[in-house]
Amino acid sequence: MVDFSVWDIFRNLLLAARWTVVLSLIAFIGGGLVGLALLVARLTKSPWADRLVGGYVQLFQGTPLLMQLFLAYFGIALFGIKTSAWVAASVALTLYTSAFLTEIWRGCVAAIPRGQWEAAQSLALSFTEQLRYVVLPQATRIAIPPTVGFLVQVIKGTALASVIGFIELTKAGTMITNATFKPFVVYSCVALLYFALCFPISLYAKTLERKMR
Amino acid sequence: MNITLDFGAVLSQWPLLVKGVAWTVGLTAISAVIGVALGIACAWSRVYGAAWLKWVTGAYVELIRNTPFIVQLFFVFFGLPAAGVKLSPEAASIIAMVINLGSYAAEIIRAGIEATPRGQIEAALSLALTRAQTFMRVVLPPALKKVWPSLVSQIIIVMLGSAVCGQISTQELSFAANLIQSRNFRAFEAFIVATALYLLLSIGVRKLLNWAGPRFLFGK
Repeated sequence: MVDFSVWDIFRNLLLAARWTVVLSLIAFIGGGLVGLALLVARLTKSPWADRLVGGYVQLFQGTPLLMQLFLAYFGIALFGIKTSAWVAASVALTLYTSAFLTEIWRGCVAAIPRGQWEAAQSLALSFTEQLRYVVLPQATRIAIPPTVGFLVQVIKGTALASVIGFIELTKAGTMITNATFKPFVVYSCVALLYFALCFPISLYAKTLERKMR
Repeated sequence: MNITLDFGAVLSQWPLLVKGVAWTVGLTAISAVIGVALGIACAWSRVYGAAWLKWVTGAYVELIRNTPFIVQLFFVFFGLPAAGVKLSPEAASIIAMVINLGSYAAEIIRAGIEATPRGQIEAALSLALTRAQTFMRVVLPPALKKVWPSLVSQIIIVMLGSAVCGQISTQELSFAANLIQSRNFRAFEAFIVATALYLLLSIGVRKLLNWAGPRFLFGK
């Protein structure tokens, strides 16, 4: 048996951590775009769009992310498309992230005083122009701290992708444990790496929040 | 392309699903009670505790909030036996859920405690209540009332997170779904049914806790 030193374990985990980062970025950027589209759909004030997006949010917030990953994994295969853990994890995490972000952002838009909408309207701006030049710039300012805070949730969420066979930090931890029989050391290192990723972001989100007040 | 879904094959295994739901609810109930108690203790120590105690609970809260639940679970189930603590899957699940909920609950409840007006504490002390009585009877109930909606949301997040416990062979709902799909290969249908059950559970638990909180915990 090959002997693994703690440094070997740590180095291999560090290499796997980049896939956690990549998957987090895919989910965050993809989820942001989908979430923005859903937000705009909701702001058009068409009642069915509002209800549909509301149901979408409730669906993703009321079910486990793990089930969403399994459904993406087996659901895409059902359509005869050859799927991989990469595709399934990206799709599921993107949809999950979009549901949370659209709900966070809706709250931020709701915090903009109605007078702003009315003022923009009375300047004969179209709906898109009202959003683009008046409402969204102000809402973005309020939205940044909770959005940064949610990034931590996304990073932690990617750990579940290990269950459908996506090799990232947690999966690498399991694999190294199976090779070394040192679960205590390995999972401590895994937790430490997640902490090193998430804690600075949490702190940054907290500072941003404090600055807002 | 021809997709045929066969939910009958999954629903015919309903005893497994019922058992899974029972386990999920049971795990959630136990860890909610202990986790919220732990959260109250940590919140107290973060507001009123000695400096070292504040530091310890602060470190605990940040450590748990910044690592994924699945890693915490694996650490408890796979890591602790190496240190001489052997646990059944169920015990490991409950411990991980309690530790996880405790840290989030601590932050939520702390916000409620810090919102207590100083005058109320002074009034309670001037009525010769001890510090402990003041905390339990004057500070805590309104604090819980203020933060109850967030606390309920967090309990539901922990319940949904418990789906991961199936990975260490705790026989909760997601484990049941996995078992069913391994028997009849109806993976998509099995997970659809489980997901729908989770959705119903989260709606039901939210209703139940919103009803029960004001009646049994802190008064209307």
